[in-house]
Amino acid sequence: MAEPEKTHLFDKPRNVRRVLHILYALCGLTLALDFVIHRHIDHPWEALWGFYCVYGFVACVLLVLVAKEMRKVLMRREDYYDE
Amino acid sequence: MTSSIAPFLIFYLGAVLLAVTPTGLRRVIALLVPVLGALNLYALPEGVGWTLPLFDYSLVLVQLDRLSLLFGYLFHLAAFLGFIYAFDVRDRLQQVSAMLYAGSALGAVFAGDLITLFLFWEMLALTSVFLILARRTARSFSAAVRYLLIQVGSGVLLLAGALAVIADTGDIAITRLTLEGLGPWLIFIAIGIKCCFPGLHNWLTDAYPEATPAGTVFLSAFTTKVAVYALARMFPGTELLVYIGATMAMFPIFFAVIENDLRRVLAYSLINQVGFMVCGIGIGTALAINGAVAHAFNDVVFKGLLFMTMGAVLTRTGKINGSELGGLYKSMPWTTGFCIVGAASISAFPLFSGFVSKSMVMVAALEGHYEIVWLALLFASAGVFHHAGIKIPYFAFYAHDSGIRCQEAPRSMLVAMALGAGICIFNGAYPWLLYDMLPFPVEYEPYTAAHILTQCQLLFFSALAFAWLNLRGLYPPELPSTNLDVDWSYRRLLPAAATAVASLAGRGWQYLDGGGQALASRAVSRTEGLLVEWGMLGRTWAIKTTALWILILLSSYVFVEYL
Repeated sequence: MAEPEKTHLFDKPRNVRRVLHILYALCGLTLALDFVIHRHIDHPWEALWGFYCVYGFVACVLLVLVAKEMRKVLMRREDYYDE
Repeated sequence: MTSSIAPFLIFYLGAVLLAVTPTGLRRVIALLVPVLGALNLYALPEGVGWTLPLFDYSLVLVQLDRLSLLFGYLFHLAAFLGFIYAFDVRDRLQQVSAMLYAGSALGAVFAGDLITLFLFWEMLALTSVFLILARRTARSFSAAVRYLLIQVGSGVLLLAGALAVIADTGDIAITRLTLEGLGPWLIFIAIGIKCCFPGLHNWLTDAYPEATPAGTVFLSAFTTKVAVYALARMFPGTELLVYIGATMAMFPIFFAVIENDLRRVLAYSLINQVGFMVCGIGIGTALAINGAVAHAFNDVVFKGLLFMTMGAVLTRTGKINGSELGGLYKSMPWTTGFCIVGAASISAFPLFSGFVSKSMVMVAALEGHYEIVWLALLFASAGVFHHAGIKIPYFAFYAHDSGIRCQEAPRSMLVAMALGAGICIFNGAYPWLLYDMLPFPVEYEPYTAAHILTQCQLLFFSALAFAWLNLRGLYPPELPSTNLDVDWSYRRLLPAAATAVASLAGRGWQYLDGGGQALASRAVSRTEGLLVEWGMLGRTWAIKTTALWILILLSSYVFVEYL
């Protein structure tokens, strides 16, 4: 008989939560640094506080929501071309 | 010491050796050839090397400058990594065609004239198709036929354009062109096909995911990068390219999000990365061209690495669909790690290779006052992290546990992936070696506090968006599916239209009785006679025009016939 498999890193929900908490902390930290670090600006939009944070978040949410809508038009069965 | 051996020749000779030697020897030869080739390249003098007379012209088989030299080294590196990855492959067909394919890419970047470029352009198509055929499935066979038709079509357009340019200028040398007149446009479109301009891109996402695990690694390195090189050589500073490139960077990421085949996801993100290069070439400043070329270099390594990890997954599990995978970090921890390095590189995390090259194009876009394009590229940067940076590792190695337990990737594959990952980190952490090889002197400094911070903000908040969408259940699940793209027009629409026309015409013909049919035939031949005597067809045409029409007619016939 095979031995019972050992538990892996992300089998414990606690570890998944930890990763998420680290991510939240990093987001908070980089956003806070926007106050401290005087960024070199190539363009006025960049000067807005938290510009890159908001843009990155909104871009990804938009991307996924639009792509989901695209599925309604573009998605076919897996063997669509195989007939 | 200087050498005078053409770089492609070493690979072609290597391919001949591979064709006749037994398995054990073949794998050694395959590794030796890129090393010997790189040494030879090091010893080659700059300028015109090898010429061959052809009628009134002299073909320049080898011409070396900083731009071609960089691509030359890049292709040797890609071939070397590829052959390590394919060390356990015993399939002679794949080895020989990969060797010829790499040689053809070298031939194309060192070509000094349009005819030589055309020859290697077609060789790229002819040799690479076997890497797709070598999968030996019905799907890969039909994908390979479509791939070959489109690639050869690109070559035919290149030849037609080259002949038109030569007829106009009397010179066969590869020079900077402006988009005026037929010749330059034909060349532009020919390159555009290989470069995956929007609408002309579908051959890549159709064929690359159908190749063998090692085959896709080779394919991802050469064809599109030769096209990028040709654009940088012939059309730098062409403003149209800025917008084409921005579109290429944008639209594939939407397809990548809903695609289930993870190698096809990577194929879409390949187009997205080439978009950054095309955009840089279009901007045309020293910084932008440097950025485009540096990004081509980094992309070959990190995209090759990502294809390697997915090829390893395919090799071990026999599956590549996101819907069937998950939890593989338990079985393939090393592959997982290398995949994450590749993902961090393509996403341009600080200390990884994408960080030092992609930003050059973006800064150049701002400096050239292309604000909207800059926003588009920023969107694409966030998007590429989303689908290639997170989606690929997440759905293959984490997500829900698929229950698949397999072996870690074979050692040869691990070595290749480790080397690729090492180069990604080296180029990211110490970019100056790469910068020194670029066509123009580099004044750009990637590691400023502002750049590091803004890039981290962009990426962390993109990751936050992924986590949020996932936790809220808004993220589209991986579904077994086919997504329609431009290929639908020639795989479904065109055949359906042809069948409809044929059946309509057939029914119409039957509807006429014997007398009607005779009448119709007579009318047709009468009209024909009139046209030939007085009309369009009776005129004398320039041979150039006639040749062009014959070319168009024949290639569209071939295209429709074999689709």
